[in-house]
Amino acid sequence: MSEHGQTSDLELLTFRVADQEYSLDIMSVREIRGWTRTTPMPHAPDYMRGVINLRGTVLPVMDLARRLNLPSQETNDRNVIIVVKMNGTLTGLLVDAVSDIVAITEDDLQIPPDISSDPQLSVVRALTVIDDRMIRVLDLAAVVPSRSDEAA
Amino acid sequence: MSDQNDPMAEIRASFFIECEELLEALQDGLQELDDGSEDPETINVVFRAVHSIKGGAGAFGLETLVRFAHRYETVLDEVRNGSLHPDSEAMKLFFLAADQLSDLVRASRDDTPLPEETSEELLGRLDALLGDEGGSEEVEPADFTPMGLSLSLDLPDLDAGPALNRITVRFKPEQELFATGNEPQMLLRNLAALGEAKIRCDMSDLPLLPDLAPETPYLQWIVELETEASEPEIRDIFEFVDGLCEIEISGGEEDSAPLAESAPPPPAPPPEVPKPAAVSPPVAAPTGSAPVASPPAAPAAAAVADKDGEGDGRKGATAAKSVVRVDLERIERLVNLVGELVINQAMLSQSLDEAGLSPHSDAMNGLEEFQRLTRDIQDSVMMIRAQPVKSLFQRMSRIVRESSAAVEKDVRLVTEGEATEVDKTVIERLSDPLTHMIRNAVDHGLETAEKRLAAGKSKAGTVTLTAAHRSGRVIIEVADDGAGINRPRVQEIAVNKGLISPDVQLSDSEIDNLLFLPGFSTASKVSNLSGRGVGMDVVKTAIQSLGGRISINSEPGKGTTFSISLPLTLAVLDGMVVNVAGETLVLPLNVVVETLSLGPDDVQMLRPGAYVVRVRGGFVPLYDLGVMLGYRSSRKTGEGSIVLLISLEDGSRAALVIDGIQDQRQVVIKGLDDSFYRAPGIAAATILGDGQIALILDPADIIAGMGHIRGSDFMFSERMTANE
Repeated sequence: MSEHGQTSDLELLTFRVADQEYSLDIMSVREIRGWTRTTPMPHAPDYMRGVINLRGTVLPVMDLARRLNLPSQETNDRNVIIVVKMNGTLTGLLVDAVSDIVAITEDDLQIPPDISSDPQLSVVRALTVIDDRMIRVLDLAAVVPSRSDEAA
Repeated sequence: MSDQNDPMAEIRASFFIECEELLEALQDGLQELDDGSEDPETINVVFRAVHSIKGGAGAFGLETLVRFAHRYETVLDEVRNGSLHPDSEAMKLFFLAADQLSDLVRASRDDTPLPEETSEELLGRLDALLGDEGGSEEVEPADFTPMGLSLSLDLPDLDAGPALNRITVRFKPEQELFATGNEPQMLLRNLAALGEAKIRCDMSDLPLLPDLAPETPYLQWIVELETEASEPEIRDIFEFVDGLCEIEISGGEEDSAPLAESAPPPPAPPPEVPKPAAVSPPVAAPTGSAPVASPPAAPAAAAVADKDGEGDGRKGATAAKSVVRVDLERIERLVNLVGELVINQAMLSQSLDEAGLSPHSDAMNGLEEFQRLTRDIQDSVMMIRAQPVKSLFQRMSRIVRESSAAVEKDVRLVTEGEATEVDKTVIERLSDPLTHMIRNAVDHGLETAEKRLAAGKSKAGTVTLTAAHRSGRVIIEVADDGAGINRPRVQEIAVNKGLISPDVQLSDSEIDNLLFLPGFSTASKVSNLSGRGVGMDVVKTAIQSLGGRISINSEPGKGTTFSISLPLTLAVLDGMVVNVAGETLVLPLNVVVETLSLGPDDVQMLRPGAYVVRVRGGFVPLYDLGVMLGYRSSRKTGEGSIVLLISLEDGSRAALVIDGIQDQRQVVIKGLDDSFYRAPGIAAATILGDGQIALILDPADIIAGMGHIRGSDFMFSERMTANE
């Protein structure tokens, strides 16, 4: 894996959202759990699915497809919630299915071309190719808005 | 000294905890003095607090602290012995010195630089009170021992003679002593009151049971007394039993046992004294040593502590109430565990329900008992966390002193309901918002002295801080008797800052609420005190994060009152579990007045989109919870709908349409912060018996939100909700 040695290794968790492949740095992933019914939060943005009970604490769950402006899929039992930690708070991301964990080096990452009309570009931090498929690496900070973003 | 593994570190930590208590007592005492208390005990308490801090500080080599406390104490001593009568200026100085003392204590604790210049300035002013400049003798910390100082308040004439007599008294009652109705216990207690007493009961004369004559006393007591009293004084005690007993008084050093022990008998007495039966009633003696009761020893010991407590101040303070210091973490853990217990109990009760057990079965009866116990445990645990708001109020009195000095206004703080108990976390997190509100009241609320006099008010402004329990919540009010909110000015500023559009008609209360908008500040000149960018919006956010609400009530010329309403606890809630549009919601039970089932003519239209329901002759606005929360779009207020009639703190009522009532039960509150996209009206969440999450509503907040949305200016309401 670290044949080159001089670059840091990166492990990505890849998953499918609305038939597209995305990935996240595995270090930000706390756990993956099966789909459970969410309790909707009134007047929340439409990409917020609501909250679930994660072993006694309340976890907000975000529908990643809607967050990325992708067509939202019908939820089914195979859907999973990826629990990520951002700035000390946990958030659940609802995705279609988790695919794999891949190890790459920073060298394998490419900066996405600047297509400013693409509304979801800002959340894609980099692109990489694995087995001839393009995988988008999400910028978690952009996906999960922090409090100050909301207030603005 | 700051070594982590130092065993002293622990003692040092407990010294600082004790200091906090002493500082609180000091504040209390000064306040009482300021209120004109004539009780000599009050000044004693004040003096003792300072003195004890000095004593402890001396032991830890905190020289700056010792020096300050010593000179402060010197002045207080003058007050105590009556040669100095503090006027209001002097009282102010005492308060300042107390503040400085607490700063010094905290700085010493945290090893931060000590604010010495302030000390010097204050000490200079304190010394000036004494009249004789330079008369303050410097204390040498190395030599300092608490006992060395003139402290025996009851016997001031003996101050000069700290030399203690060690006197051994042997006291053997004769039969006549009991026959004349005398009681050895009383005598021993009087004896113990003279100083440190060690009382032994000598039972060596006690014969075996067959030989025992029931009316013959066999016991004698040996009292080792460490006292300032002389022999005649000791003899005086036995004056009334003269000739009825054998008394032997011998002075000097008798080292039969260590004499330095305090009043209670040593835990392991010598073998010939099988029980620490210091003052056991003589009637017990004939039956032998076994049943000799120990309880009488306690009052004797307490009596000693009472009289002798002045000896080093600390004893007197701790003897009053027995208190255990517990690490907050342990309590937190207990609270969390109890929370889990409540959830668990709810789950169990749900599964037993689903199992279709008869409500009269043993399991269901047991469950009921379990529920009761859970509730009791929970209440007790919550009580551990509850604290009186007094400490918070004391901090505020300091804020008033400092802020009034900064803006050169004469301000009096009146506090009410200091004993009101609130969850510790709430108290801690209230400190900042309350500080801000107090500063606002002093800076913006109260007028200058000239304006006050012109308005026919007293020169000194009054800020009133009140705490009270009301309908299951804690209400804390900050009121000033100033000019009230200048509403035209507020509106003008809001327009200038672009917070509202200029042509908006706002009601008085809507204008008042503008103060809570971010970036709003009425002070035209930015003073040192407030107006540094953080405004009332920060206060509001802080209060809301505690599950509280804040409201303003202002009357022009009379003053402004800010009311904070807070939940009693942050952990549990008595809730009513209801269904709305397929969702489960929880409403605080204490707001629900009654439940109604709508009849055919109960609902009347006020105007399109606004309905009222008729309840016993009155009309109450009707809201559909499902619509308000966005669960459904069309109103469902037909005949047969279930309606909850709720009553809010401000006395207003509202009716909420729901689909069904599930249960009334205790729920554990799980906080939701802004990262949950918490909408107004959603106070928190809870976990139900089936593991699902239900939202806890704050009806007042929902209805307030509705009011704004229906209000004349939509832009305004949007800003308000965005702020929340």
